[in-house]
Amino acid sequence: MFWNSLILALNAIRRNLLRSFLTVLGIIIGVAAVITMVTIGRGATQSVSDQITAMGTNQLIIRPGQRRGTGSNTPEFRQKDVDIIKNQVTGIAGVAPYSTISSNVIAQAKNYTTLITGTTNDFFTVGNWELGSGRKFQQAELKSGKASCILGTTVKNNLFGNENPEGKRIRIKKFTCEVIGVLKSKGQSTWGTDQDDTVVMPLKTVHRRLLGSLDISRIAVKVEDSNKITSAQRKITELLRESRRLPDNMENDFRVLDMRQIIKTLTGTTRVLTMLLGAVAAVSLLVGGIGIMNIMLVSVTERTKEIGIRLAIGALEKHVLMQFLIEAVVLSSIGGVLGLILATGLSVAGANLMGVPFLFDLRINILAFLFSASIGILFGFVPARRAARLNPIDALRHE
Amino acid sequence: MALIQFKNVTKTYGTGENPFPALKGLNLTIDEGEFLALMGPSGSGKSTTMNIAACLDTATSGNYLFQNISVENLDTHQRTLLRRNFLGFIFQGFNLLPRSSAIENVELPLIYRGDKKQDRRSAAYEALEKVGLSDWQDHNPNELSGGQQQRVAIARAIVTNPKILLADEPTGNLDSQTSAEIMSLLTSLNQDSGVTIIMVTHEQEMADYSSRVVHFLDGQIRT
Repeated sequence: MFWNSLILALNAIRRNLLRSFLTVLGIIIGVAAVITMVTIGRGATQSVSDQITAMGTNQLIIRPGQRRGTGSNTPEFRQKDVDIIKNQVTGIAGVAPYSTISSNVIAQAKNYTTLITGTTNDFFTVGNWELGSGRKFQQAELKSGKASCILGTTVKNNLFGNENPEGKRIRIKKFTCEVIGVLKSKGQSTWGTDQDDTVVMPLKTVHRRLLGSLDISRIAVKVEDSNKITSAQRKITELLRESRRLPDNMENDFRVLDMRQIIKTLTGTTRVLTMLLGAVAAVSLLVGGIGIMNIMLVSVTERTKEIGIRLAIGALEKHVLMQFLIEAVVLSSIGGVLGLILATGLSVAGANLMGVPFLFDLRINILAFLFSASIGILFGFVPARRAARLNPIDALRHE
Repeated sequence: MALIQFKNVTKTYGTGENPFPALKGLNLTIDEGEFLALMGPSGSGKSTTMNIAACLDTATSGNYLFQNISVENLDTHQRTLLRRNFLGFIFQGFNLLPRSSAIENVELPLIYRGDKKQDRRSAAYEALEKVGLSDWQDHNPNELSGGQQQRVAIARAIVTNPKILLADEPTGNLDSQTSAEIMSLLTSLNQDSGVTIIMVTHEQEMADYSSRVVHFLDGQIRT
């Protein structure tokens, strides 16, 4: 009986192919929208947390000022601040100072503008950087402020192409600098900036030859144990207040940011957005269901005579009910399947376009499909019951 | 032996101020093996009698007995089962399912009865053979002539081996030659297979094929 109803339903759908397609279009769009939103949303969340992890977890970032970009009058950090943290905070793996300046670099008649980062070898530990080739800075180079540099892959590709730049010299403003290594590529950061677009030098070299001051604009600290991050954060705040001679009644003129909190905030935001978009998309599924109900009611009216014949020759109410209910469910399920296919295409395309990973989520696919099928039951029931309750005498006379 | 008994059956359509009495105390007994023709002008109660006999409708008062079972006391489900197992229908407009082949149409009652697929096919084929249309089993109704369509409808009515065939103006849409063929088919079903036939008709020629004619007038049998 079920099998017969299924075949009947497929025949009825095939008979009105265009109308059936237009009917399920709502479901197709609804399912595709829900799945695409959720899939891309999950991809975005994943990509945010991946990139922050790549920057280094267990990381504390210390910046002067209370807000990014403000505080021309708040003092930058000095080497002594770095030393204080290094010497007085326990359980830390590295403290990397950063002094950055944007500059033009020239090599072999090619020039390129990039960010020069002055730092120490702690840069590698704290920032999770690895060398693609070459070597790190030697102690002597760091102490004397020698003109040695390590290139990010973007800079290397722009200046040297596929050549090995080691031992070559690049020109930065008024001095030349020997390339001693190349960083392993990390790609884009969460905020869309290219992390490989940099030239790394000893801090002292940047101070003397480019900055003309001893300012350190940022300090990154890597804590060994993730459970100790909060206590390290507290200790660093305390030490820096002392070092910067802040009286008790004054607020901090610097910030100590915990990367984990940033991950949490950012992924939390994308997750809420994903849910919101998914919910909006689900409304279109509901609208699709109403479309199915509408067309099923038309179908019942059109086939009144057929229903009358069936009832007269021995069909029970439940047979007719089943026939139309299955037709509605088959209709909405076809919409669901087409929606799944469309969603996969859209998600892959959308993920590529937005540069987030495509994460196929079986659960949301199954859920959306079951939801579309149950929409068929929900919205097919009223028309099916109307068909089943037709009076066979009247139905037979219907023209 | 009485197969069907109408005992003082009345049927009133509509309620309130303008009730329409379609049957006013019908008494009729039909024996097994009879070929009965119901005649009369429209509105005289023939169709109502057929609907009640078909268990599609119930009497307002009185008793309709089918094999001594009082149909008024049965619910919709039970009446459907009765229809499915003992009654066959032939309509004026054939009422075949479009876009289904002849054999699929004949099979339909067996599907609802829950027969197995192989049994269904062979029974449907046999029924088509009886009406002389076994060569046309794969044709859709729109590829068949009116006479052929009515034969398919007859095959569908007899495929369940019913006790009674209810025919509502079976030749109403057919020319006289085809009508004669259909009538001789019904006659042979009545005589050879012993199926009881109740037929509504407007034409005396068709009524002549029957074994008994009942004339209706104003909701009663004209005596």
